[in-house]
Amino acid sequence: MKIDSSLPLEYSTEENRLKIFGFWIFLGAEIALFATLFATYFVLVEGTGNGPSGEELFKVPTLMLQTIFLLTSSFTIGLGINAMRLGKQKAMLSFFVITLILGLGFLGVEIYEFVEYVHEGATIQTSAFLSSLFTLLGTHGAHVTLGLFWGTFIILQTKKRGFTPETTNKAFIFSLYWHFLDVVWIFIFSFVYLKGMM
Amino acid sequence: MKMKWALLTILFTIATVLTGCDNPLMVLDPKGPVAATQANVIMISIWTMAFVVLVVVVLYVLMILKYRASKQSDDYEPPHIEGSKVLEIIWVAIPILIVAFLSVVTVKTTNEVEATPKGYEKQEPLVIYASSSNWKWHFSYPEEDIETVNYLFLPTDRPIEFKLYSFGPIASFWIPQLGGQKYAMSDMVTTLHLAADVPGEYMGRNSNFSGSGFAQQTFNVNVLPTKEYDKWVDEIKATAKPITEDKFNELLEPGHVGQSTFTGTHLKFSPAPEGENSGHHHGTSDTEKTDSEESSKDSHEGHSEHSNH
Amino acid sequence: MDYFDRFAVPHPSPAIYASMIAIGLTMIAVVAGITYFKKWGYLWREWLTTVDHKRIGIMYILSALLMLFRGGADALMMRAQTAVPDNGLLDGQHYNEIFTTHGVVMILFMAMPFIIGLMNIVTPLQVGARDVAFPRLNAVSFWLFFMGAMLFNISFVVGGSPDAGWTSYFPLAGNEFAESVGSNYYAIAIQIAGIGTLLTGINFIVTILKMRAPGMSLMKMPMFTWSILITNFIIVFAFPVLTVALALMTMDRLFGTQFFAMANGGSDMLWANLFWVWGHPEVYIVILPAFGIYSEIISTFARRNLYGYNSMVISMVAISTLSFVVWAHHFYTMGHGAMVNGIFSITTMAIAVPTGVKIFNWLFTLWKGKIVFTVPMLYSLAFIPIFTLGGVTGVMLAMASADYQYHNTMFLVAHFHYVLIPGTVFAVLAGFTYWWPKMFGFMLSEKIGKWSFWFITISFNVTFFPMFITGLDGQARRMYTYSESTGYGPLNMLSFVGAIGLAIGFALILYNIYWSTRYASRNISNDPWDARSLEWATHTPIPEYNFAVVPTVDSTEAFWDSKKKGFKLFSGKIEKIHMPNNSGVPFILSCIFFVWGFAMVFSMWIIAIIATIGIFACMTLRSFEKDHGRYISVEEIEETENKLRGAK
Repeated sequence: MKIDSSLPLEYSTEENRLKIFGFWIFLGAEIALFATLFATYFVLVEGTGNGPSGEELFKVPTLMLQTIFLLTSSFTIGLGINAMRLGKQKAMLSFFVITLILGLGFLGVEIYEFVEYVHEGATIQTSAFLSSLFTLLGTHGAHVTLGLFWGTFIILQTKKRGFTPETTNKAFIFSLYWHFLDVVWIFIFSFVYLKGMM
Repeated sequence: MKMKWALLTILFTIATVLTGCDNPLMVLDPKGPVAATQANVIMISIWTMAFVVLVVVVLYVLMILKYRASKQSDDYEPPHIEGSKVLEIIWVAIPILIVAFLSVVTVKTTNEVEATPKGYEKQEPLVIYASSSNWKWHFSYPEEDIETVNYLFLPTDRPIEFKLYSFGPIASFWIPQLGGQKYAMSDMVTTLHLAADVPGEYMGRNSNFSGSGFAQQTFNVNVLPTKEYDKWVDEIKATAKPITEDKFNELLEPGHVGQSTFTGTHLKFSPAPEGENSGHHHGTSDTEKTDSEESSKDSHEGHSEHSNH
Repeated sequence: MDYFDRFAVPHPSPAIYASMIAIGLTMIAVVAGITYFKKWGYLWREWLTTVDHKRIGIMYILSALLMLFRGGADALMMRAQTAVPDNGLLDGQHYNEIFTTHGVVMILFMAMPFIIGLMNIVTPLQVGARDVAFPRLNAVSFWLFFMGAMLFNISFVVGGSPDAGWTSYFPLAGNEFAESVGSNYYAIAIQIAGIGTLLTGINFIVTILKMRAPGMSLMKMPMFTWSILITNFIIVFAFPVLTVALALMTMDRLFGTQFFAMANGGSDMLWANLFWVWGHPEVYIVILPAFGIYSEIISTFARRNLYGYNSMVISMVAISTLSFVVWAHHFYTMGHGAMVNGIFSITTMAIAVPTGVKIFNWLFTLWKGKIVFTVPMLYSLAFIPIFTLGGVTGVMLAMASADYQYHNTMFLVAHFHYVLIPGTVFAVLAGFTYWWPKMFGFMLSEKIGKWSFWFITISFNVTFFPMFITGLDGQARRMYTYSESTGYGPLNMLSFVGAIGLAIGFALILYNIYWSTRYASRNISNDPWDARSLEWATHTPIPEYNFAVVPTVDSTEAFWDSKKKGFKLFSGKIEKIHMPNNSGVPFILSCIFFVWGFAMVFSMWIIAIIATIGIFACMTLRSFEKDHGRYISVEEIEETENKLRGAK
């Protein structure tokens, strides 16, 4: 495997460059996926049937908590990648751990929120609006959950193997994924919650 | 080339079959203004397209006959040709002109068939609710206050507005000789404008696949001069029994039933999904809908239970 | 006992029982045969675990051929049933299942994998690469497609086939009107195969954009590679829409959500929109590679470079862009009014312009050429006029006002077969014959090939042309029968005769494979067609590393230049080559997907959960695995090269 030392470690091999580029294309497909879910949500947002509307459901405190958790985690993973570029393994690992804890916090609040909804009689089966809401939020939440596992694996591998072209490549790609989830959340925040509460 | 002859034969077959007078094809044998417009559009497009096909085929035959290896010397080496700006501009420009011409035709005629037919604007349209259920058609005449199943009587020389909806899967209401089809769906009412010029019996059917009994979901259309039509209405009023909710629910059961006639309409106890009863608040044909605009419906609490099985 | 009732076919018939027995016996025979000849190890090492793009391509094509005959059998039954009025060969329910599976199988499990198979074999060679960007992901793609196809096919004998049409419009495909598990199969099998396709899309975009031989700029790529690049962009942006649509369908059917149910604010039109937002680009996913194949073949056998290279590329980009903004023309009759219909009419007709450019460019590629009528060329030449007919009827259908009369009729059926059969089927048959010697080291018989070509071309027209006429005479599509008074009988009989001719043509292709495998000469050159692109520059059979030295390119036809103008294609020194290792994970992962899909179809939650855990376990394993591939040494390469050179 040829290593080009003029580039950052995560870009240093041909295989690594292909993987990063491929992941960008994958994110393109993810954008199409979430765009479809958003479109579905917009189509069905008034289809509340006999169930509650967004205005009746959405609450500010949980929303703010989720947003703070996820935005901060996007910041900390950026710091983690910066530390990785500087070769500081401990700092990188700490930032990644903080990121995942914040992600876990986000997920906890989201689950709490879902349980609240169900207690208020708003389940995924109640109306088309709720089906699309739970599906959109749930798909994002499932991505975060997957990310938690993935991030944990990367932390374990980096700890064991140190900074190699493989581990740094994985960490970098993971950071792209995490930033992407943050961007999706910003859209959910604006077009689902804010629009729904206004 | 065999291909050339095959194609020419095909072209001639189209021309003869389409213009043949003995046994004209249903769609090209219109009996009302809407179907006539559509038949015209179809013929315009066929001739335009025949021209396109002709150009391609002539070029094709020329190329194949002239540049086959067997006609050339063994040491002939075909040249390297990049392409030609002039030629390429020609075969972009001419299709654009053709498409532009057809676009104008399309937009104009689509507007025409989506409105009361020309020449009929002054008359009050006869409104008929046509609803589909597995695998029948129910026709309610609110003006006359009668209802028929699986057959239609229509007067000539009066515009007709069909209000279409469905008690189940999407169906498509189609009377080829009077005009093109439109979907009947369970959460909204669509409007189809037709009119009939010539008295006679025509075929009508659901053309949209809707399950195992779909093939037989047809109905008869009887077009009568206005006087005879009025006579028919009076006769029904005198002889038929009133439709009841029980009877109607029985009719809705999946299956095939013959033709039947009632006084009154089911709209009284089972209103169409429009206005207050709509699943969506854009039940008319001229409402625009795109993905994002779909959300513009605003009445949902008054949602009808009857229209959604 | 009640538990097992769900696996029974809801509408059994002797044909289904016979198929069950036939499938059972075939499986026993295959397993016994492999065991008897002791081929399990070979199968596992060389095929099930392979990550070699050439072998994956061959497996794609074999599966596609298998599906071609399955879909073809459906088609024959449909034509037989409608051959005479009031026929009782099949009942309505069976007919509905058959046209549903015919559509799904032909589009998703025949056309797509055939195209993807050819793309797998040819694209890396054409760009001078050693494999695709992510070889193991490629294996995952194939096995997911394969398992999806198998899951879909077992619906025939376990639980019942889907019966709501390949479009599966709601509410017809909802629980109320489609009670059997058939529509579950539809949603889940296509989902599994679709994920594989999406991964293929990513893989080939990266391969083409990042792994081209030195000197091959984008505008020096062969036209087939261009078509594949554009197709994969369509895949990446269209397939997620299908993923979502099918997921919503699955949830509506299995978990009681309300997306397409009208009672609680859902919308049946949402399904139609989502389906066609994917569905129309899908048409171009199977057509654009065909355009690429024809470009290669026409230029090879006209012995000339492709006319108007730049406009060919631009027109494909235009077509792919337009393909995303025409979906509503599939339901003009849904009542969105004159304005929306007018706009979609215009965008749809606009596609005719770039398509016309391509037709004229092909015609002018023949100009001043030296046309050789080989089997691949015959298919390509037959394509031009027949596809033109398909195209012009497409323009006719695009006109909304007239479409109210064509919609849902046999006219539409005739149109899309006139587009898809010359467009895609002729192309894959042409490409299959054209690249066959590169894959297997011998040529298919030209003589038998020409027989099957004429059978297929003539019978195709006999089958589908009458449908234009019956459509204009008011025959709706998807009717399992009609009465004699309609007068549709004679033309439908003609279609049936044509269908038999098509069956003979396709059977002749199988015979050709058999005959050529036994008798064809193995002594062929690396470049038997005197072709122009890089895949012909390497040995036959292709060594696993494709090229011992990566070629250098400076024109669109570098290989041709190397033959005619003495251009030096291979100028480097042989160095050791890095290759990926085989892996069993893709196969095992896909098997677990199959189990997961089956469990989902029948709502067996415990098994579904276990399978889900299994899927994630495979991914975890992959994450922790250290696999740096292996190197082929210089000596080994030289030995292989000498042996391959000596064989000629």
